[in-house]
Amino acid sequence: MRVFKQFASNFRHPSFAIGFVLSAVLIVLALLSLVWTPHPTNGVNIAARFGSPSLQHVIGTDFFGRDIFSMLMAGALTSLRVAVLAVGIGMVVGVPLGLLAAGHGGWLERLILRLNDFVFAFPAIITAIIITTLFGPSAINAMIAIGIFNIPVFARVARGGALSIWTLDYVDAARLSGLKVWQISVRHVLPNILSLLIVQATIQLSLGILAEAGLSYIGLGTQPPETSLGLMLKEAQSFFLAYPMQAVWPGLTIIIFVMALNLMGDGLRDQMDPKLSKAGGINVAG
Amino acid sequence: MVGYLIQRLLGVALTLLVAAALIFFLLDVLPGDPARFMLGINASDEALNALRQQLGLDQPAFVRFGQWLMGLFTGDLGMSASQRAPIAELILERMQLSLPLAFGALLLSTLIGLPLGIFAAQNQGKFGDAGLMGLAQIGIAIPNFWFAMLLVVVFAVTLKWLPPGGFVPWAENPTAAFRALILPTIALALPQAAILARVMRTSLVDVARQDFIRTARAKGLSKNQALWRHGVRNALLPVMTIMGLQFAFLIAGTIIVENVFYLPGLGRLIFTAISARDLFVVRSALLVLVGLVVIIMFLVDLLYALVDPRLKKRAGN
Repeated sequence: MRVFKQFASNFRHPSFAIGFVLSAVLIVLALLSLVWTPHPTNGVNIAARFGSPSLQHVIGTDFFGRDIFSMLMAGALTSLRVAVLAVGIGMVVGVPLGLLAAGHGGWLERLILRLNDFVFAFPAIITAIIITTLFGPSAINAMIAIGIFNIPVFARVARGGALSIWTLDYVDAARLSGLKVWQISVRHVLPNILSLLIVQATIQLSLGILAEAGLSYIGLGTQPPETSLGLMLKEAQSFFLAYPMQAVWPGLTIIIFVMALNLMGDGLRDQMDPKLSKAGGINVAG
Repeated sequence: MVGYLIQRLLGVALTLLVAAALIFFLLDVLPGDPARFMLGINASDEALNALRQQLGLDQPAFVRFGQWLMGLFTGDLGMSASQRAPIAELILERMQLSLPLAFGALLLSTLIGLPLGIFAAQNQGKFGDAGLMGLAQIGIAIPNFWFAMLLVVVFAVTLKWLPPGGFVPWAENPTAAFRALILPTIALALPQAAILARVMRTSLVDVARQDFIRTARAKGLSKNQALWRHGVRNALLPVMTIMGLQFAFLIAGTIIVENVFYLPGLGRLIFTAISARDLFVVRSALLVLVGLVVIIMFLVDLLYALVDPRLKKRAGN
């Protein structure tokens, strides 16, 4: 009940409310594509290609005669899946590293920080190029490349948050009672930096959607017959001058999705730390 | 300061060495014989062996890695199997496009982002601030290649002010080369400018709350005078860190935006090399990209240490 109340209180913040509602609508539509889309996404109907908006196809059809709205639903799901799993990779590897660095200190902390800097020198696109050269292009490739880039981001956030928790009295008490570093990290530090990690996750999620779009656009990510928002833009490029709306719809969907997640992240951060309320997030796209 | 410099330089060298090893050995495990690729499937075994020997492919991986490293210093990176040209030459040729594009975008995003961020901070909470930060939200969310496509439609196809794509080498026609890079530079710079404007505003709003600004106001300076004389310089420190990070993304963005404008930059070189399995080109071009990112980050760190007196002191000790 308390958690629910806490969550509901976030809605007093307009950024969070707008961002949450928009994200929720897009996520529900994306998930819905698993079981239902207005039209099949793999059906080719050349006679109906480049159709204008109509009652049957609300925003028209693409160069294969497929319903663009259905394609957007399925594409958003792929983009979301890649971004979510990339955040997962970043959190599962990065957070323990950050906790370890903060808890252990000394040479281990220095080593982890150095490794972090090293990974930062590899923007997701360079990792994606290496993985593509090794295994060929795919959505999984994009997910791993973005995920690897997320690792140092979460390690930094976790370490930064954990360092301030380690100075608190109750952590000293836990240490005196004989708990080991990892036990304190898991039982006392992690729960207290969780909100920090959630905010970062929403930011990385939005960056993941942008990065997936970029990677699929240059052919390193999602491959046909699967679809994603980035791949839809790649496919639309050849017809862009004659049929600009082919590229406008997936582009707008990406913008709305990314903005919604960013607004939600901003709102959450403001609620947690009023001092930062006028501050913008430091988010740079990979 | 000298000690700090040496320590950081060693760090850069180590990072580059590890990056080189990682790229080399990851790509080295790939199946495929470059000699067979160069000579075709009908080549005789003798010819293949001779070429392998010439390319050093009969040597153990560690020796070849050492040779590659030496080549990076002497500028001899070997021959491209698919393009039959020296790799160093190919990379240098492509850098004439990719580097001005990345640096031009960094410059443009700074020229747009910083003044807008300062303006927003000066008008905190007012209409101008809200409007600008709303625009920045949109700017951050726009994929640069999509924005590039829109720019082509408006400025190249409809208004016919600028070319829609392609590139004429600088030596042939500098004006045409410059014109070819205007739209790609804008496409890369604007989303980054949105990020910079946000960070600059945040940082300046933060600094404006500090005691030294209050002191400056108490001594009779107006709010804007205090911000300009004392605030902006201090607020620039975190902004510089972000600019260093941004360069990495601009390099990545260059590869993506090249595709929209059909520009023969480093990205195009890498993709053609991947499809031709020309791994000698891929590994050298990748290392150049990583090297650029590492060196720019190092320069930003250095600048940071020079500007921030606290760090300078610590570095001096």
